[in-house]
Amino acid sequence: MTLPLYGTASQSAGFCSNAARSVVRLRSVDSAAERHAADFALAGTREEFQRAVEADWPSILVVSDGSIDLPGAFKGRLVAVPPKYDYLADGDVIGFDHASRKFRTLYRRKSAHNSFLVTERCNNYCLMCSQPPKDIDDRWILSEIKESLPLIDPATRALTFTGGETLSDWEDFIAVLKECRDRLPATAIQVLTNGRAFADSRIVDAWKDICHPNLIAAIPVYASVDHIHDHVVQARGAFDETILGILKLKDRGQRVEIRVVLHALTAPIIEDTGRWLARNLPFVDHVALMGLENTGFAIANDAVLWMDPVDYGDGLARAVDHLSAAGVNVSVYNLPKCVLPKSVWPHALQSISDWKNGFVEECDRCDEKNTCSGFFTTGRPRFSRGVRAITAQRDELTTLAD
Amino acid sequence: MARFLPPEAFGAATEDLSLLPFSLERTGTRQYLVANVVGDFIRLTEDELNRLVDLQVRPGDGLYEKAYAAHLITGTNQKAQRQLLAARLRSRMSFLQQMTPLHIFVVTLRCEHSCPYCQVSRQSTDRSRFDMSEETAMRALDIAFASPAARIKIEFQGGEPLLNFPLIKMIVAAAKQRSGKKLDFVIASNLALLDDTVLDFCKANNVLLSTSLDGPADLHNKNRPRPGANSHELAVAGIRRAREILGPDRVGALMTTTEASLDRVDEIIDEYLQLGLDGIFLRPLSPFGFAIKTKQFAKYDAQKWLAFYERGLRRVLEINRQGTPFREFYAALLLTRMLSDRPIGYVDLRSPAGAGLGALVYNYDGSVFASDEGRMLAETGDDAFRLGHVHHDSYNSLILSDKLIAAISSSLTQCAPECSNCVYESHCGADPVYHHATQGDVLGIKPLSAFCARQKGIMGLLLDILENCPEDAVILRRWAAA
Repeated sequence: MTLPLYGTASQSAGFCSNAARSVVRLRSVDSAAERHAADFALAGTREEFQRAVEADWPSILVVSDGSIDLPGAFKGRLVAVPPKYDYLADGDVIGFDHASRKFRTLYRRKSAHNSFLVTERCNNYCLMCSQPPKDIDDRWILSEIKESLPLIDPATRALTFTGGETLSDWEDFIAVLKECRDRLPATAIQVLTNGRAFADSRIVDAWKDICHPNLIAAIPVYASVDHIHDHVVQARGAFDETILGILKLKDRGQRVEIRVVLHALTAPIIEDTGRWLARNLPFVDHVALMGLENTGFAIANDAVLWMDPVDYGDGLARAVDHLSAAGVNVSVYNLPKCVLPKSVWPHALQSISDWKNGFVEECDRCDEKNTCSGFFTTGRPRFSRGVRAITAQRDELTTLAD
Repeated sequence: MARFLPPEAFGAATEDLSLLPFSLERTGTRQYLVANVVGDFIRLTEDELNRLVDLQVRPGDGLYEKAYAAHLITGTNQKAQRQLLAARLRSRMSFLQQMTPLHIFVVTLRCEHSCPYCQVSRQSTDRSRFDMSEETAMRALDIAFASPAARIKIEFQGGEPLLNFPLIKMIVAAAKQRSGKKLDFVIASNLALLDDTVLDFCKANNVLLSTSLDGPADLHNKNRPRPGANSHELAVAGIRRAREILGPDRVGALMTTTEASLDRVDEIIDEYLQLGLDGIFLRPLSPFGFAIKTKQFAKYDAQKWLAFYERGLRRVLEINRQGTPFREFYAALLLTRMLSDRPIGYVDLRSPAGAGLGALVYNYDGSVFASDEGRMLAETGDDAFRLGHVHHDSYNSLILSDKLIAAISSSLTQCAPECSNCVYESHCGADPVYHHATQGDVLGIKPLSAFCARQKGIMGLLLDILENCPEDAVILRRWAAA
């Protein structure tokens, strides 16, 4: 199932009108932690709400189907959201728009997959983009992120910044990364970027000067040939800038992950791409070969993009071999084990974010379910004809067939 | 969504393309082997080659993709292709940052063996005037420590260096007392004189042993005569004992191929395998010292040696296929260069040459040579690579000597006839001492050079296996990876 990360509050009150939005952190009613101005007591029942009022909470968020009769006596800030948001928990952070009552869950403390959308603007227009770009002024998002960072648990292991192109407003974004360095020194930061901005030495120098202890730029490379990559990202000259950006980052000792999304334009040549990466960029820190998330533009371009993973498994295995042999740390993301050759299994990770990860009925009989990526639940999931439970029995049959 | 553009919208117009430098060699009827600036190989037909040179390539025609991925073409205004090549070339050449990491001390010229292929002219064991003096050794150490490399290897050679073991101990102690460099030590010994005192010393000081093992007893003893005709017995016992005391990776063995070895490569390899060694270095004879005087060197040509090498390599691959990891070290070295950009500063396989820049040799009498082979030439009267003397020279005066600069600058493969456009150039090296010895010219005429014939022969063989024998290719790639 997909966790709803966006929604509209059923009720709100007490917000001042001179700001359009608030960043809100949720706290257990009984939390003994020091109260921040952004903290809201999280109440799931009428009884919890009463205790929050008694404990002098000035702000309360109620998860309720509306049956809780909210007392008019409470004069603080109040938000009520429907029961499907009952996953919200102590330490989570949401962004709330006063006028529309729309909110977005920005951070879930218990999740290992927290990501901040930085902007929806992008200078690429990838055929399979899961977050189709919009040419709008959304700089308020960066302000919201700045406001959120002090509310995030410093024990958080990892955060991802995604887009759009995260470096669209590179100066403001780099300021955010400096905040991360200062406020969350123990948190690994991953930035998804198309890397083109790093072709500009000013930007790559600014990135280096952050001196973040654990920062990685995750950059897509879709082919070893310019026009194939440029077609996939729908931008002429993108390949040249992206490769140049990777070289400039590594030249300055910065960490880089390369990401290859696998679909009908990239998967048939994945062995060539893997060999080329192994030969030309073996000094990158990680290469992720990623199954397609069938959402956003990927649905619109289904006819051009869909390729059953079982039809590119052999090439994928050879790509993994080339990269491993060159000493490159390589992983396969988003593809269930049953559609992958066995030699790839040690590289196949449970990469799909918890809020959009699911399994099918067949998986209940599978021996490998606990270590398998499963599937995306977002968009319009497409299933390989290779999906079937892996069992000791099936293994024997395969051996016999061989 | 008509907003998406078709593939054709992203192809470069032909007039915007530029060729990048490459080398080629005709390998058959209308077939060419082509290498880019950093030595990535691809094969092209004559027709493809002509179309490429005329830039008659178009995105989508297959040749464009092949040539672009191999860095043979670039968009004229693009930067990444050139920057990638520059970064890779810089990595490949970065061995140059380690100036003179190897220092060879010839602690004595005396030897109790009398090998006819010896590259040095040895002296009988009783003449102590062929030992290096303590004063000479300390001056040599001054020079070694003046070299810029942060880590240096001090190698003891002879003659038989264990005949002057007290001096080895003194040099190791003195080197360790000086600060500022990481140190490795190697003793190149026939192991005939190896005893527990030596082994304890090696263990205490982390000294590696390197020895000679030419194959089965009869072959080894024929190649390496000594009183008692027991060279093989002593070498094998020494290797076993050293592995036991120092550890299996602290003793290495090298073989030299004589005419008598040519038909026996399987037996030679089995000898190494039985001793538990993890590989073998199949080496040809060098045209120096006694090897010339005794006419050993003239007894087989490059073609015979290549046939020997190929049989040996295929036997080694067979051993691997049967489940025992075992390497041919020369192939591993070449493969590392062919399949990666790791900097390999192997003294005999680099350009600029390793003479002086890679190693200095301090002879027993204080003369300093640009390479081990250089001092061997001097033993037969040729001082071409004698750079100076420890008592009159400093590290700088040796490295900047006219002799060394002339030898290195006139032997660069990057600009030498026959080398500069050779398809194998990226993975080969200048060997000015060899070409001086065989042709009287540090550059040499490469079509007449057995060094060149061996290099091209071995690399051609390795490419053939990589392309045509998938199972063996996996093994070869593994050698390049580690």
